[in-house]
Amino acid sequence: MAELAFLLNGTPVRLTDIAPTTTLLDWLRDARGLKGTKEGCNEGDCGACTVMVQDVQGPKALNACILFMGQLQGKAITTVEGLSHQGQPHPVQSAMVAHHGSQCGFCTPGFVMSLATAHLTGERDHDMVLAGNLCRCTGYAPIIRAAEAAALSPPPDFIFSQISTGFPKGSVLPFGAGGSGGEQPPDLDAFATWYEANPTATLIAGATDVGLWVTKQLRDLSPVAFLAPITELDHITADGDRLIIGAGVTIETLRKALTHSHPGFAHMLRRYASLQVRNAATIGGNIANGSPIGDGPPALIAMGAGLTLRKGAQRRTIPLEDFFLDYRKQDRQPGEFVESVTIPATAPDLRCYKVSKRFDQDISAVLGCFDIRTDQGLITRASIAFGGMAGIPKRARAVEQALIGRALTPEGVAAALPAFAQDFQPLSDMRASAAYRMRVAQNLLTRLALEAQGVPTDVQEVTP
Amino acid sequence: MTPPLTGALGQSLPHDSAPLHVTGRAPYVDDIKLPEGAIHLAFGLSTVAHGEILSIDLSDVRAAPGVVLVLTAEDFDTVPDVSPVAHDEPLLARGVVHHIGQAVFLVAAESHLAARKAARLARVTYRDLPALLTVEEALAANSRFEQGPVIWTRGDLDTGFAQAATVVEGEMEVGGQEHFYLEGQVAAAIPTEDGVHVMASTQHPTEIQHKVAHALHLPMAAVRVEMRRMGGGFGGKESQGNALAVACAVVAARLSRPAKMRYDRDDDMMITGKRHDLKIRYRAGCDAAGKITAVDVVHLIRCGWSQDLSLAVADRAMLHADNAYFIPAIRIESHRLKTNTQSATAYRGFGGPQGIVGMERIIDHLAHAMGLGPVAIMQANFYAERARGFTPPDPRGGISVSMKDEVQTTQYGMEVEDSVSGRLVAQLLQDSDYHARRAAIAEWNAGSPVLKRGIAVTPVKFGISFTLTFLNQAGALVHVYQDGSVHLSHGGTEMGQGLNQKVAQVVAGVFGLAARDIQITAADTGKVPNTSATAASSGSDLNGKAAENAALTIRDRMADFLGSKYSVPAGSVRFSGGEVLVAGESHAFAQVAGWVWQARISLSSTGFYATPKITWDRVRGQGRPFLYFAYGAAVTEVVIDTLTGENRILRADILHDTGRSLNPALDIGQVEGAYVQGAGWLTTEELVWDKRGRLTTHAPSTYKIPAVSDRPPIFNVALWSEPNREDTVGKSKAVGEPPFNLGISVLMALSDAVQACGPAYPALDAPATAERILMAVERIRA
Repeated sequence: MAELAFLLNGTPVRLTDIAPTTTLLDWLRDARGLKGTKEGCNEGDCGACTVMVQDVQGPKALNACILFMGQLQGKAITTVEGLSHQGQPHPVQSAMVAHHGSQCGFCTPGFVMSLATAHLTGERDHDMVLAGNLCRCTGYAPIIRAAEAAALSPPPDFIFSQISTGFPKGSVLPFGAGGSGGEQPPDLDAFATWYEANPTATLIAGATDVGLWVTKQLRDLSPVAFLAPITELDHITADGDRLIIGAGVTIETLRKALTHSHPGFAHMLRRYASLQVRNAATIGGNIANGSPIGDGPPALIAMGAGLTLRKGAQRRTIPLEDFFLDYRKQDRQPGEFVESVTIPATAPDLRCYKVSKRFDQDISAVLGCFDIRTDQGLITRASIAFGGMAGIPKRARAVEQALIGRALTPEGVAAALPAFAQDFQPLSDMRASAAYRMRVAQNLLTRLALEAQGVPTDVQEVTP
Repeated sequence: MTPPLTGALGQSLPHDSAPLHVTGRAPYVDDIKLPEGAIHLAFGLSTVAHGEILSIDLSDVRAAPGVVLVLTAEDFDTVPDVSPVAHDEPLLARGVVHHIGQAVFLVAAESHLAARKAARLARVTYRDLPALLTVEEALAANSRFEQGPVIWTRGDLDTGFAQAATVVEGEMEVGGQEHFYLEGQVAAAIPTEDGVHVMASTQHPTEIQHKVAHALHLPMAAVRVEMRRMGGGFGGKESQGNALAVACAVVAARLSRPAKMRYDRDDDMMITGKRHDLKIRYRAGCDAAGKITAVDVVHLIRCGWSQDLSLAVADRAMLHADNAYFIPAIRIESHRLKTNTQSATAYRGFGGPQGIVGMERIIDHLAHAMGLGPVAIMQANFYAERARGFTPPDPRGGISVSMKDEVQTTQYGMEVEDSVSGRLVAQLLQDSDYHARRAAIAEWNAGSPVLKRGIAVTPVKFGISFTLTFLNQAGALVHVYQDGSVHLSHGGTEMGQGLNQKVAQVVAGVFGLAARDIQITAADTGKVPNTSATAASSGSDLNGKAAENAALTIRDRMADFLGSKYSVPAGSVRFSGGEVLVAGESHAFAQVAGWVWQARISLSSTGFYATPKITWDRVRGQGRPFLYFAYGAAVTEVVIDTLTGENRILRADILHDTGRSLNPALDIGQVEGAYVQGAGWLTTEELVWDKRGRLTTHAPSTYKIPAVSDRPPIFNVALWSEPNREDTVGKSKAVGEPPFNLGISVLMALSDAVQACGPAYPALDAPATAERILMAVERIRA
């Protein structure tokens, strides 16, 4: 029987009889009796279940409620119970007490784990670190005060000693044999061959969407294959004037890697879900999932991204925009999977405007992505894509055409605004009405033109 | 400065459970290990808003793995009722369903997951009945609780409107609010030799006890309900936990096994009630000086399918329709409308915020019509501060407000004896530099075509006491052991507000001990009976007094004993710093406790408290429903994007009246948290039902409570600490609900920002989502 091996609060755990899509949260609470990690929503939105997961890439905060046991192979997990050592609290814990950071206390373990992970990585943008942790009692102010106070102390030694034994290796059965840990493919070629032969399998990378198929839809996903072991998918490779991004690259890795080369894209990715979700979610999953409201595809389409799909030994590359055929329908054959996405090496002009009900950790009502080039003040090339405006992430081709030769000014782009009606017939839902979506989409183009003129348009940049 | 209180009172101690919270060692109901054989429950829910059940096929449910028992209404001689008041909520639907999310059947299985999976396998058919979803539909169908609208009138409206120089008229939609306690509803029941032991996440253990006893045909004495802590309540665990506890008790009794039930988050939001949404129609006038002459207001309140606590909620909305202002002629008409939606329930403020937001809308609208700043209108209308026998201290100097001898009364005939709105708001305006900032914002807006700032101040005056007068009572039980340790029980429940710590500080103060010397224990109906819900902000007022009385009884016995022993007056014995001082000697408290025990004197006492002075005739709408009022005010500055409606709070300044605070840190925590929660109610927290009456925002992916970056980046909170004029515990004031209303300043600041876009009045509905703000901008620019 295949064996799943990992460290839990510094102690090696080896499991031979566990359903691969059991969530870490359920296992911690039900099998291990570790009740400190809480279930608040069971869908990765509240952060009450946040744990620290370390591997060779370093520590990450992840939501245990949508983290499958099969994803833990070779990792080191720290829960809130493992954060204190021989009665000595972690600096984050002491600061949370001293600054009145807990009231009902139910969200607190999650906050503590997010903060402790950031404390270890040195990340000091507390708003970013905590965007995925909801608190209903405190109004957050005392938690931020605690975070600032804790940042003055160094990480305690015991955090490091928990992984001093190294990361464990499970003795995995030959790939393709099934078993309790789910399939853990050793390399890309082996996986491609196996998936071609097993096209009904569910592929699991970060599980930030597939997790909900289990926790909310209560589906049985078997057979499942975990993609994380395939290191070939986890690379960003420079290729001349292009970047090839492996499907397994997480959104957070991508955000950091593109901060300078693709500032507009990276800036928007700061608002892609939460840090816990970005630490798990992959760009390949974001594309393959085919959601009309995923935040990756519109930006990638506006950049002219290409998508490489693979089936067995066969690869084909298509423009990403052609991958999305219709609502939840993609140009992907059975047994074919997303291998990589290719984008220009830089995208200095790309602007991505995300509009949602809440600023952080919300799904876009409208996401407008604009890559516009001008020559002597006139638009020579326009590549525009929207999320939330159709059943798929979609190019605004009529708008693009109407812009050619116009000045990038509010007056200049005004002529293109009627063209939105040719490109889009948005729907009304709980996030926004069709009328609002249409008006905002048009106004985002106006925002782009105003911004080009130096007019302040971003509420985030207003200082009190 | 008010002198600090002696002993543990007034100290900013952390929440008593904080060290457990941060280490994950604070157990909640779902964390408690049940005895072997525990079974897990899930409800099967109605999928139509109003329908006659034609058939229920549960064969697949029964055959599902792990299922042990499946119950429908047919399985009971009398279906247990789980409503708080009106006996109109059967545990499981009888023949007809009244909203999407109503429980139709109950599954008991070997695991939580097995129960959830099985519950989805039912085949239930319905004959659709007409569903009333909106207040307009319910009004048209005369679907309501009580015979007709409740109407209170004071003064002569015709005269009032005749005196008005300016009259405004409008309608405002105010959305509901999901509690979003982080810990969902949960209960467990363990059969005992002659009854049942229930653990529930509830603000109201006695009601759970009552409903469980009724369901099992047991005397209340055979049912023990224990409640150590909730992971948030906010009113959502006042009545909404009844169904889970009763379900657990029924199954536990039938199977003789422990039973536990917790709602998955989506189920929780589909099943349980939320804050009442409403439409407010108003007409109001003021004279040329801004003095309000008449207000005519109609509340169309959506109560949902059952009565729950709606009558009292709607009453409280009427009781707060004046907010902090004396209105000589006022008419309030309140319709409590019955719809095929979740049964709206208690939520922090309990109707008060809905009444107050209507009045603040009127102020904002009048100010716009008059071309005056809202502050001028407010200051012309605050209830006068009563001068009789009371000279208010001048806390920080510089502010003087004229005292009047007249005592103004509310629309329900209560004398407002303690108004500090005038002084408090003046102080806040000064501290927050309001007037200069307002001028600077106008200048900034003139140079900013896309982004517009807005600023607003709103006050709150909030009545403290349950309006159902008999609920204003509390009990406590205090034991001093022979080693001097102290065990504290009281009728209040801990939901994060720090009630236990405050009450422990009160008891510690009586005994001259430190708060850490007081052992806090779970609320337990076996120790303190007949408790009221921990609600209406009353927790520390009621339970603090009851515990103080219990402790005083024991202390008096100890003092009497020492007085006799040393032949000094008992009144000369002092308890301080862990020592007892008598006849010039100092003895450790523990030693004295040992002596008293050996002298065969009881070191245990109950304590009881009933709020004095209050009388209330709810039918006539007359009396003194409240012992006192709590006051506060907030200044909020926002910025909006007129291209998208996106917006952001830039700064909040708050001055809030806590009386002489029992624990300033905990009180500031309540104020900060309440403000942000109130801001969420009026901005991003949008509940959306589809045309079939299905709630489409039933998880945090679609229902957006404030996240960390939504808090004001500059957040100045100060406490107004004049002692309560009433004889409350430590002269403190209640703090749970009043500051929730400070979030209304966010809505008014958004309105102010939109007003920078054009001459028309924005008439912003709530929640003021980005979409609503953009539509308002476009409306007033048109």
